[in-house]
Amino acid sequence: MKNELQRDVERVSLTLNVNGERSQVLVPVHKTLLEVLREDMGLTGTKHGCELGECGTCTVLIDGRPELSCLVLPVQVEARAITTVEGLAVGSELHPLQQAFAELGAAQCGYCTPGILLASRALLDVNPKPTRDEIREALAGNLCRCTGYVKILQAVELASTRMSS
Amino acid sequence: MRVGESVRRPDGAAKVRGRFEYSSDLHAPDMLWGATVRSPHPYARIKAIDISAARAMPGVHVVLTHKDVTGRNLYGLEIKDQPVLAHDFVRYWGEAVALVAADHPEQARRAAQALKVDYEVLKPITDAEAALAPDAAKLHPNGNITRQVKIRHGDQSARADIVVTGEYEIGMQDQAPLGPESGLAVPEQDGSVELHIATQWLHVDQEQLAAVLGLPPEKVRLTMAGIGGAFGAREDLSMQAHACLLALEAGRPVKMSYSRTESFVGHVHRHPGRLWYEHGADRDGRLVYVKARILLDGGAYASSSTAVIANASCFSCGPYRVPSATIDGIVAYTNNPPCGAMRGFGSVQNCYAHEAQMDKLAAELKMDPVELRMRNALQTGDKLITGQTIDGPVPVAELLKSIAAMPLPASGEGKGGDVDLTKLPGGVSNTTHGEGVKRGVGYAIGFKNIGYSEGFKDYSTAKVRLFTKDGKARVEVHTAAAEVGQGLVTVQAQIAGTELGVNDVVVLDADTNVGSAGSSSASRQTYITGGAVKTASEAVRDRVIAMARAELRAPSGLHIENDNVVTGTGKLVVPLATLLGDEVIEETREFHPRQTFPLDAETGQADAHMQYAFAAHRAVVDVDAELGLLKVVELATAQDVGKAINPQAVEGQIEGGSAQGLGLAVMEEIQLKDGVIRNASFTDYLLPTILDMPPVRMDVLELGDPNSPYGLKGVGEPPTISSGPAIAAAVRAATGRPITRVPIRPHDLTL
Repeated sequence: MKNELQRDVERVSLTLNVNGERSQVLVPVHKTLLEVLREDMGLTGTKHGCELGECGTCTVLIDGRPELSCLVLPVQVEARAITTVEGLAVGSELHPLQQAFAELGAAQCGYCTPGILLASRALLDVNPKPTRDEIREALAGNLCRCTGYVKILQAVELASTRMSS
Repeated sequence: MRVGESVRRPDGAAKVRGRFEYSSDLHAPDMLWGATVRSPHPYARIKAIDISAARAMPGVHVVLTHKDVTGRNLYGLEIKDQPVLAHDFVRYWGEAVALVAADHPEQARRAAQALKVDYEVLKPITDAEAALAPDAAKLHPNGNITRQVKIRHGDQSARADIVVTGEYEIGMQDQAPLGPESGLAVPEQDGSVELHIATQWLHVDQEQLAAVLGLPPEKVRLTMAGIGGAFGAREDLSMQAHACLLALEAGRPVKMSYSRTESFVGHVHRHPGRLWYEHGADRDGRLVYVKARILLDGGAYASSSTAVIANASCFSCGPYRVPSATIDGIVAYTNNPPCGAMRGFGSVQNCYAHEAQMDKLAAELKMDPVELRMRNALQTGDKLITGQTIDGPVPVAELLKSIAAMPLPASGEGKGGDVDLTKLPGGVSNTTHGEGVKRGVGYAIGFKNIGYSEGFKDYSTAKVRLFTKDGKARVEVHTAAAEVGQGLVTVQAQIAGTELGVNDVVVLDADTNVGSAGSSSASRQTYITGGAVKTASEAVRDRVIAMARAELRAPSGLHIENDNVVTGTGKLVVPLATLLGDEVIEETREFHPRQTFPLDAETGQADAHMQYAFAAHRAVVDVDAELGLLKVVELATAQDVGKAINPQAVEGQIEGGSAQGLGLAVMEEIQLKDGVIRNASFTDYLLPTILDMPPVRMDVLELGDPNSPYGLKGVGEPPTISSGPAIAAAVRAATGRPITRVPIRPHDLTL
């Protein structure tokens, strides 16, 4: 800590609204939302895969819309509602998407899963009964290297069916 | 939780909650961050290294070079030829030269940039053929041939009425696991180190680290951290030794976590290759001979090249009856990035070639390509080109029959000839109205070995512990096997649950406190570690039954079912928890599959492999030959898995493996120019997205191998072998173009 201060970096005090909780953080101004979530707030559920906005693993929701947290600076999103994977379940009750992903084996290594869950959640929030092509379009920015996407597609469909019945 | 059921992954809930701890999520109080200084040249002599500027940077605690490597500064899976930190030469772009540990990752990175290395730049060898030239510079003391495999089988002067030849080229594929390399090394007071790491093989990491650090193995302890995909990329050391050296020197925990760009130079890749083939057949389409020369570029260091070239050679002819074979497989050192293990391991490259050759032969004979393959299909009891008699199910004809019989997808045209433009190659960019689009259908089949080969000792260790917890029986399974996403934790629990009849089974974290499990590679873990868990569970069960018989004077024929000891007819004898009381029953067992033998140096003849697995694919592809675009419309596949221990996980392996094969066929390639990677990012190295992946039709056969636990066969790799070659065949069928190189590029379709 001492050495970082020696570098004389500009730190800002920010209030971030993450998963419905407001927290104050004092962070270097250049740190990305991804870094602040993972390193300063201990929310490591959000993953880093490329840190250049290419892979989608760091997807979070900002006011309900999917954003790549590696390309967002916390100052841009102060006072806005940030949702990470940790905020999907309600207590011990998994979100239907989480339930479906676990049930169908849509998470293998699971590294892309948090980002894909959030992108899917944003889709179902605005389009509760998407077609397969609409699901594909919504997830086109999220890479998965394990599953070949087949079970991911099925899991989103299953969650959609369950949520609308 | 029984064998054969689609049991849910025990780690699934944690993964969907974001609570599963990957190696990159680890944190220790007071930890430093490590960074690596890497070579900007593919080939250069190191004249001097000046660490002073880097050392003086704020926050920097340690700077290390080759002089600080406390043990042997060479490591490698097959040949110890790779320095932990380069000392005299750098042999590839991105090779590690020095290390920095600082308070913050950025400080470490900046210090790494400030470190000065004086290089004498040398002309790199960036082509495998050039490396073989007599006057080529020797990149390693024994020359530039890492290994040469010769297979001489049958009549070496065989002639045939029909002869087809071809030359094929395969690009360099990256495993691209989504979790970049990372780990945390924690030094202890006694001079030992604890490494938390995402690796495919804890014990071989431990063995290599002990040598590099100059420590006895017991002073290098490893615990598996969560793995974000592997596919071969985590078989070799990446940052393991670096983090340990930094932590031991600093006396503080050190975390290292690669960026995506660094990941591209931080692990080995799939070997690119050039393959020359000549197939001879009689007029009925029966193969008479195959001659091939297979040249793989191994890059700067050996990694597992020696085993990859053996596979590429052994499986060079595909799963066909080939009476005479003359195969020369060579893997060469160059100044390109090192190549090693990737899913499919040598069988992927050759499958493109042998399947293209079979199609050429079919065309020459005016025969249906599937019919030609069936006519030459390998069968149980046949001799392979290595002289080994293949046993167990060899369902080559059955798999081909299965994919050929599956219904074809509907044409892109809707009612009344309407075309959904978004379904055409190029998709939503709407660049065509379908004028130049042609559909092709292609077939391919491949095979490979399961488990280690050529006498390399293959075994795994499992400790199974049965005790009572909260009044109920519980089983703990402990192995060192890497769960890389494939579902091995589930399989271990299913096997212990099945053998012990207990419902509460917990698989402990893998670490080096239990014997080696071997690597999570070669599609071997369900077989080998599964076998070890089965054997150890049987030993525990035998003790329980003996205990029940001794204490209760119970009859023979007892077994355990649903947490109860029951008679042969299922009548309750005693609840397991009651029988056990405070007793803990623990057994550790090793499982060894049957032995294999090294290939003969002159003839390549040997019983070199333990088990063989087969998969076939049919691909339907739409090609816009005017715009150079293509779209894979559907993949259909059939695979014999012997016995599906977890059918859902098997499907997941087949779907995911097929997708990686698709990637190599149509988009994935590390682009090199003079030894420098030009596309070390996901912007420029393209991975299949959900839009690129077509629906998958699947037929999973369970034919039962009499030699393996439950009759199972390894599952993970076969789907990656034949999906790409089927796509290439479909593109040929659509366009009439030769398509001799993958990945297929737009100009291969248009120019």
